Amino acid sequence: MQRNTLRNWSLLLGATVALAFPVASSAQLTKYDLEKTLNTEAHVGNLTGHAKDGAADYRRYCVGCHGELGDGNGENAVWIDPKPRNFQLGVFKCRSTPTGTLPTDEDLFDSIARGFDRSNMPQWSNLTKQERVDLVAWIKHFSPRYISDKAGTPIQIAPEPAVTPERIKAGRDVFARVQCWKCHGVLGQADGPSASTLTDDLGRVILPFNFHEGARPKCGDTDQDIYRIFMTGLDGTPMPSYADNIKPDEAWDLVFYLRTLMSQKSKEKDMAKTLGLKPVDPNAPAGQQ
Amino acid sequence: MHVSSSSSLRKPFPSLLSLVLFLGFVVLACTPSANALPAFARKYGLRCSACHESWPMLNYFGQKFKDNGYQLMNDRDSPIWQNPGYWPVTFRIIPLWHRVSTGKVPIDTYSGGAISGSQIQKITSSGFDLSGLDFHTGGTLEKNFSFYVLPSSDATASFHFETVMARLDNLFGSSWLNLKLGKFELDNLLSEKRILTLTGNGGIYQLYHFTPVGDGNIFGQMGDNQLGLEVMGHSWNDRTRYSAALLSSNDGNVGLPYGNAYTGFFAASQAFDAGKLGVQRVGFYAMAGEAPTYWLTQGGALFGGANGTGPAAIGNKSFSREGFVGQFYFGQHVDLQVVTQHGEDSAWFGQGYGDLIDGVAGSNNVPGTTLPAGSQNPTWNGVLLEPHYIYSPQLIFIGRYETIRMSQQANGSGYAGPAGPSASNLGNISTYTIGYRYNPFMTSRAGFAWHNEYNWLHQDGTGPLVGLNNTNINTSELLLGFDFDF
Repeated sequence: MQRNTLRNWSLLLGATVALAFPVASSAQLTKYDLEKTLNTEAHVGNLTGHAKDGAADYRRYCVGCHGELGDGNGENAVWIDPKPRNFQLGVFKCRSTPTGTLPTDEDLFDSIARGFDRSNMPQWSNLTKQERVDLVAWIKHFSPRYISDKAGTPIQIAPEPAVTPERIKAGRDVFARVQCWKCHGVLGQADGPSASTLTDDLGRVILPFNFHEGARPKCGDTDQDIYRIFMTGLDGTPMPSYADNIKPDEAWDLVFYLRTLMSQKSKEKDMAKTLGLKPVDPNAPAGQQ
Repeated sequence: MHVSSSSSLRKPFPSLLSLVLFLGFVVLACTPSANALPAFARKYGLRCSACHESWPMLNYFGQKFKDNGYQLMNDRDSPIWQNPGYWPVTFRIIPLWHRVSTGKVPIDTYSGGAISGSQIQKITSSGFDLSGLDFHTGGTLEKNFSFYVLPSSDATASFHFETVMARLDNLFGSSWLNLKLGKFELDNLLSEKRILTLTGNGGIYQLYHFTPVGDGNIFGQMGDNQLGLEVMGHSWNDRTRYSAALLSSNDGNVGLPYGNAYTGFFAASQAFDAGKLGVQRVGFYAMAGEAPTYWLTQGGALFGGANGTGPAAIGNKSFSREGFVGQFYFGQHVDLQVVTQHGEDSAWFGQGYGDLIDGVAGSNNVPGTTLPAGSQNPTWNGVLLEPHYIYSPQLIFIGRYETIRMSQQANGSGYAGPAGPSASNLGNISTYTIGYRYNPFMTSRAGFAWHNEYNWLHQDGTGPLVGLNNTNINTSELLLGFDFDF
């Protein structure tokens, strides 16, 4: 009788270890872990969001892609490209904060309403502002980064200067100097020599933005949004921050030049046409575009 | 919410019905997720709950998706982004059990094996049954070009086209200009085609189909899909929306045998952000038109005119329906849908002229016809209140109260026809519906609901004659079913 009891305990212990090992070897959070952060808050303007209040909307709208645990493994994830965001990692593309830092609550709040073109993330503009800020709190509660780190300080965006032909030409020089063309291609058609080699931080194939297709840039399509994208970088992707390589004045020049590559009508495009502006020449000596 | 086995045994089940409900719940709670791929969910990878308050009723996001021409506006709406094997089709059917009870039905009485007379009795029947079958197919043909085709059958698989329409969206780059042509549902914010209830009387909105007793106008039924052209527009976030439709006055029936008459339907609404309460919406609708009261031909020849008004007359008579619509949310669990209506038909319809489609009209309008003295336009007012309690996206409790009150009868106090003046309450309706829908799983692949509902309807003066007066009539229906689509 005693021997049988001992054997049963051994089997139970073995089974427990066998089952526990894969869980322990993974960094994935469990529901138990997430219960500790249910008091997470988010603040946007005068609104305060509470994680618990965002749970129902998350379950209704988001869970199919982002998963119960916010790990991007909802039942649809396998069918979706690009893949849903893994909120547990606390890494976000669209931020107003420097590369490597957490986004502000407002960044996440705006992303929910804006959606992401060319992805399965729609614009959730049907939600009230309160519902969105509650969802931001719920999203934050998935990531341990929000326990240890604070959101970064938003970068300063210099006042936008007037567009001139000289600035557009100068923007082309910046495009050549920091080698945007290597990924985005000389015409902005996402066909640069490095385009086919790109992967994100999780090793998944990723494509550079195609300026020519008419899609909205993922993180917003105002001039300020575009400026912000290359000054903060898109964390988790091969798109780095150029804050250390491009001065604010040059950044505006680059914004104006990028507008000439887009299919949408713009005054920059008209000026480039008048100028007879040619695409960058990758083989031209530095500073001689 | 675990219930111990000992506690569940404390009380015996009060009835067989309780046992059926309990067993149904247990079976459904154990049902595994399906792996089907219904149309829009398969395309976009969103769960049913993203677009539906409870399937099939749309929520705000689903309404926005529909208003955008079945597009998420994420630049992936065109079918060229889909696997070439993708075909946006979904079918829906409901196997069910129901029990229908109708009060005051005249039945034969027997004496000595022979019919000796008749008496009025309540009749109750029950049994297993099927709903009709719907094949929904819809989506985008290209960015900003969309369609919807819905062959629909009755329970005997006799099919008709319930919806056939093509739509152009965002004309001139503006969300305020979208065009729809074909047979489609009118822009009713509280959609009867997406109703959450299934019984014979509870499965429709009485307000959308009401006609006074003896009225021959079947053309003003807002709940029926109609043939026509609709222009609609909305703000980018769908907070503000409007629609204007020009419809053939033929109640959605194809062909042109019913004369040349048109109806207009206009609707507009505005939504407001109410913080934690949710987004509230208020709006109104108006339907006004004319419908024929006689055939265009008579005896194979063109009809010569009507009512002594000359050969140009086409016998069209007018009708109108208008009302207020409100969608009020009280947090994430409770909402209230409200529709009101004031309706009016021409006195000609009130006297039974006009229903040329199914031939039920008492008589057709012929030259020289005049209405009996005291004939007047029947008018009525109604209200529909539908509260929901959404425990979770998988479980919703539904209630509904509708009442319609005649404010003016077709046969007025001085009516000189053989039927005499009508009682002021003739045709008044009150109906209550309660029910719940439980979805044992919620994925982006298929829809399945355990549906249980009870409806009770009361109408004044439409029962059999007792003495000189028609009696009031009550009907009720209990329904249990599996509502699924794939």
